[in-house]
Amino acid sequence: MKLIKSIIKPFKLEDVKDALSEIGVEGMTVIEAKGFGRQKGHTEIYRGSEYTIDFLPKVVIEIVVSDDLCDKVIDAISKAAKTEKIGDGKIFVLPVEQAVRIRTGEQGDEAL
Amino acid sequence: MKTLTCLKTFLAITIFLGISSISFAETNDANGSGANDSDQVAGSKIDAVNQAELSKQLEETAKEGIAAGNTAWMITATALVLFMTLPGLAMFYGGLVQSKNVLSVLMHCFAIACLASIIWVTVGYSLALTPGGLEDEARGWIGGKGQFFLEGLLEGQNEENGFPTSVWIIFQMTFAIITPALIVGAFVERIKFSAMLLFCALWLLVVYCPVCYWVWGGGWLAKAGVIDFAGGIVVHATAGASALTLAWMLGRRKGFPNSLKPPHNPGMVMIGASMLWVGWFGFNAGSAGAANGDAGMAMLVTHLSAATASLVWMFIEWKKTGKPGLVGIVTGTIAGLATITPASGAVGPMGAIIIGATAGIVCYFACGLIKEKLGIDDSLDVAAVHGVGGILGTLMVSYFGQTGVLGGQGISRHGEDGDGAYFTWTEQLTVQAQGCLAAIALSVVATYVIVKIVGALTGGIRVSEDDETKGLDQAAHGENGYSLN
Repeated sequence: MKLIKSIIKPFKLEDVKDALSEIGVEGMTVIEAKGFGRQKGHTEIYRGSEYTIDFLPKVVIEIVVSDDLCDKVIDAISKAAKTEKIGDGKIFVLPVEQAVRIRTGEQGDEAL
Repeated sequence: MKTLTCLKTFLAITIFLGISSISFAETNDANGSGANDSDQVAGSKIDAVNQAELSKQLEETAKEGIAAGNTAWMITATALVLFMTLPGLAMFYGGLVQSKNVLSVLMHCFAIACLASIIWVTVGYSLALTPGGLEDEARGWIGGKGQFFLEGLLEGQNEENGFPTSVWIIFQMTFAIITPALIVGAFVERIKFSAMLLFCALWLLVVYCPVCYWVWGGGWLAKAGVIDFAGGIVVHATAGASALTLAWMLGRRKGFPNSLKPPHNPGMVMIGASMLWVGWFGFNAGSAGAANGDAGMAMLVTHLSAATASLVWMFIEWKKTGKPGLVGIVTGTIAGLATITPASGAVGPMGAIIIGATAGIVCYFACGLIKEKLGIDDSLDVAAVHGVGGILGTLMVSYFGQTGVLGGQGISRHGEDGDGAYFTWTEQLTVQAQGCLAAIALSVVATYVIVKIVGALTGGIRVSEDDETKGLDQAAHGENGYSLN
């Protein structure tokens, strides 16, 4: 099982969700975040004073899938979230030790 | 598409209601004709007063000395000016601070409104607007204690313009409320609440009441022929100078000037500014003290100054930063309103446009000057907008208020009864400048002393660094502005 953690631009969330749906991934957790990488922030000016805004709004999507789906998921997310401009985001893959469905107690791949 | 369905439904309901009410109205008329006068007003709960009763009422009010029109307008103007503080100014300031401090700003404005009200009717009104000293030689510098606790105020006691003295008292009260509330902008996000309450109470007595007396209570400035129609000196200059002094003594916010947070709710700022604009019609037109041409002209010039200053500020910001901002344009509005305030009884519409344009330019650059050059964290630009604006208008009225200048209505005149020759504009300017300087001097010195006293009484007027970081909403008021989850 792998945890796939993707940081993407907020307006791409619907596209990514649809793309994942097409390959059979129906569940996900979405976290509103802010951050930056190479994409710099911007400056806002109010009444002559400058305010530097370093952080940009981002969205983090977390999904846990069985190992065989991993590559397909990474591919789907990448295609859907790409705008080819700086700030498109990153995908991280982490190993998952255990997964449990709370309602039924199922574990492992059955819990996904 | 849900929105479209909603809109269609709303439209359908509105049309249905419209048709229904028209048909019902017609039915009523058909039923009521001839039976009784009262039926003509469909759905009215009040019986139409018949002619005899009406005449009797008019007779009685004439005996009481009430001019109904003036009274109705002054009552309305009072409500408008209170609306400027609650919630106009509160929201204008509230949107400019960080979200963790929004409630504290609303709280300051609200608490000041309540506190100032009580102070006004106990001692303030008497000191500010009733003659001081012996009858024939009234003091020039502070009013008397004869009407402490509004002693001697009778129901049926009316002002010269035919409206009740009780209305005069509360109308002026709304000015005494908003003036300390303006100072809030200088000390947001870091002042101790108890210190703020004490400061405002003392400030009203030591600064507002005297200056009000000098200008509006028949004091020395009034005798010298100063023109301050609605409070360029009494309200804006005093608030601005005191704000600057207090901000300087209080110290800068953490993060000033390089890592400040932008206004948390520019929309709230605009809503507040809009309320201030509308309320200002009560502030300036109400200062005419009557429902007449003076009031109408005051309203017109007020509006034009606001509109012009807004546009000018917007264009300057557009040129300088590349984008015209909402916070900017509404700040321009307030600059225009503050500047026209002392001049609103004397200038004409075209003069008001020039005054507004000047306000937009001067106050725009004043903001940068105070924060960058002087390095004083007058957080919400009270001095740059209200202080500078009020003084600017007070001086400009000397020229633009003259008859024959762009529709000017007339400046002060020589002679005991004000029927002598008009002041020259330089003569007027001298008096205006004296008024400004005196008000500023008293504001600065008194603020300094009051802050020292209040600081000693409260163990320091500023909150701890931890509290400032946590935010005053939590730290001082135990509340959360936005509990969104």
